[in-house]
Amino acid sequence: MGMTMTQKILAAHAGLPEVKAGQLIVAKLDLCLGNDITAPVAVNEFERCGACKVFDKSRIALVMDHFTPNKDIKAAEQVKRVREFANKFDIDNYFDVGRMGVEHAVLPEQGLVGPGDCVIGADSHTCTYGALGAFSTGVGSTDLAAAMATGTAWFKVPSAIKVELTGKLSKYVTGKDVVLHLIGMIGVDGALYKSLEFTGDGVAALSMDDRLCIANMAIEAGAKNGIFPVDDVTLAYVNGRFKREVRIFEADPDAEYESVVKIDLSELRPTVAFPHLPENTKTIDECNGQVKIDQVVIGSCTNGRMEDMRAAAEILKGRKVAKGVRCIIIPATQQIWLDSMREGLFDIFIEAGAAVSTPTCGPCLGGHMGILAAGERAVSTTNRNFVGRMGHVESEVYLASPYVAAASAVTGYITDPATL
Amino acid sequence: MVVQGKVHKYGDNVDTDVIIPARYLNTSNHQELAAHCMEDIDKDFVKRVQPGDIIVANKNFGCGSSREHAPIAIKASGISCVIASTFARIFYRNAINIGLAILECDEAAKDIQAGDEVKVDFDTGVIENLTTGKKYQAEPFPPFIQNIIEKGGLLNAINNRL
Repeated sequence: MGMTMTQKILAAHAGLPEVKAGQLIVAKLDLCLGNDITAPVAVNEFERCGACKVFDKSRIALVMDHFTPNKDIKAAEQVKRVREFANKFDIDNYFDVGRMGVEHAVLPEQGLVGPGDCVIGADSHTCTYGALGAFSTGVGSTDLAAAMATGTAWFKVPSAIKVELTGKLSKYVTGKDVVLHLIGMIGVDGALYKSLEFTGDGVAALSMDDRLCIANMAIEAGAKNGIFPVDDVTLAYVNGRFKREVRIFEADPDAEYESVVKIDLSELRPTVAFPHLPENTKTIDECNGQVKIDQVVIGSCTNGRMEDMRAAAEILKGRKVAKGVRCIIIPATQQIWLDSMREGLFDIFIEAGAAVSTPTCGPCLGGHMGILAAGERAVSTTNRNFVGRMGHVESEVYLASPYVAAASAVTGYITDPATL
Repeated sequence: MVVQGKVHKYGDNVDTDVIIPARYLNTSNHQELAAHCMEDIDKDFVKRVQPGDIIVANKNFGCGSSREHAPIAIKASGISCVIASTFARIFYRNAINIGLAILECDEAAKDIQAGDEVKVDFDTGVIENLTTGKKYQAEPFPPFIQNIIEKGGLLNAINNRL
């Protein structure tokens, strides 16, 4: 029996000729990741178990992105704890304010993850790097602590769902709409414990930013990982960036999949996930102009990349944010910030009446920089719309693409960008 | 290991944001986290919960963020076991890694009601509802996982390799 792409990467990292779904393995890691919420717990565990050295100081990334720049004293103390750990072990890839970006934007950008890698991160959206043809998955702090000490992690080899993409996206339809549509089809546990393996003719026309967005939200369908084949788009992205050897794995022709989901990209419409689950999706045609909003957030590990900034600018250029709406735009990394500034996007944002923030996860998880009051509604390009996710338990989050979010900022209602 | 306690019952897709809201993640202190456990789904949980109590929920319990603070908050609040139809995978891993006992059993998860007195035997996987007298068979932990739990968590299990 053949192996899926994910299974091949896991087999290679476990030193095994083949693995099967359900098999328990121990795999070598190319990188492990923690942030300012999860790393402090991992540091505690690391010290408690008596580990006296890290497995490889170049293969640990610690990104202080969630509550930074530090939102309060407790957050500052958490970051301080991680900073001291990073200094003690001379961790190469410690990212603090000034170098910091949202972790799943900054790691691919800095070439720290790439094709063929096996990566774990103490953050659920670690699955983002599947866009590059890597196996990467979210874990907790204890797994991170063990990984920092041993450079290995245990896995149950996942079975897979094949997602066959055909056709090309229409104007104003993005990777965000693809993944929201998929989650709407299969549900928030539709891929529980499984891989989502994206294939088909439609992949070639998806940009790397679209792929990163799609893989990022694989976890919102319960998936262990989401993964894309390595093609010219991948190689163009990692060339001159990725510091290790590119290893290209492909699924065997006779690989076994539990099911196949087919999506014709040309048929997709801008898609919005209504409260309080990412699976509660509607097309823009079902909700255009019907939902009044108070806030728009454009940013995050899902949609804080350069194409997202350009999409927001395309809509906001020459327009104004509606009276009574706060529009907060957060480029996900320092590089994206610089590029956005140099392209003149900040002039567009600020002239429109939007606020531009330094990189942070902040509002996505109700941390800081855009908390909602009771009864308030936000359209957000982030990834979760659970109860209380962005603030008060009686607030609401609607997930959408940067095009839809920016168009909604202009009208004050959830809006189809094509109707502006 | 056998545990027994009163049941707190929840539905589908209980996410980690309601188990422990992110506004409290600026600490990793177990007792501080426990003080806000389940706050956004059941604000009286912390007042009602007694040591040994059991959480029973339907599918995809613990979905969302990878925050280990979620199973930590549940364990520190005194909960002895979580029974659900299914668990989200990161929560499942985290619970085992920190030594919070969990069992998947769809029939028990659907049948058992809030306030029922339930007994769980982890060696056999038998869940007994003492209120109704009904018994359910869950899959006991595989040896690989039992080893981690017996050693008191993943870090203790790998200690001899460091």
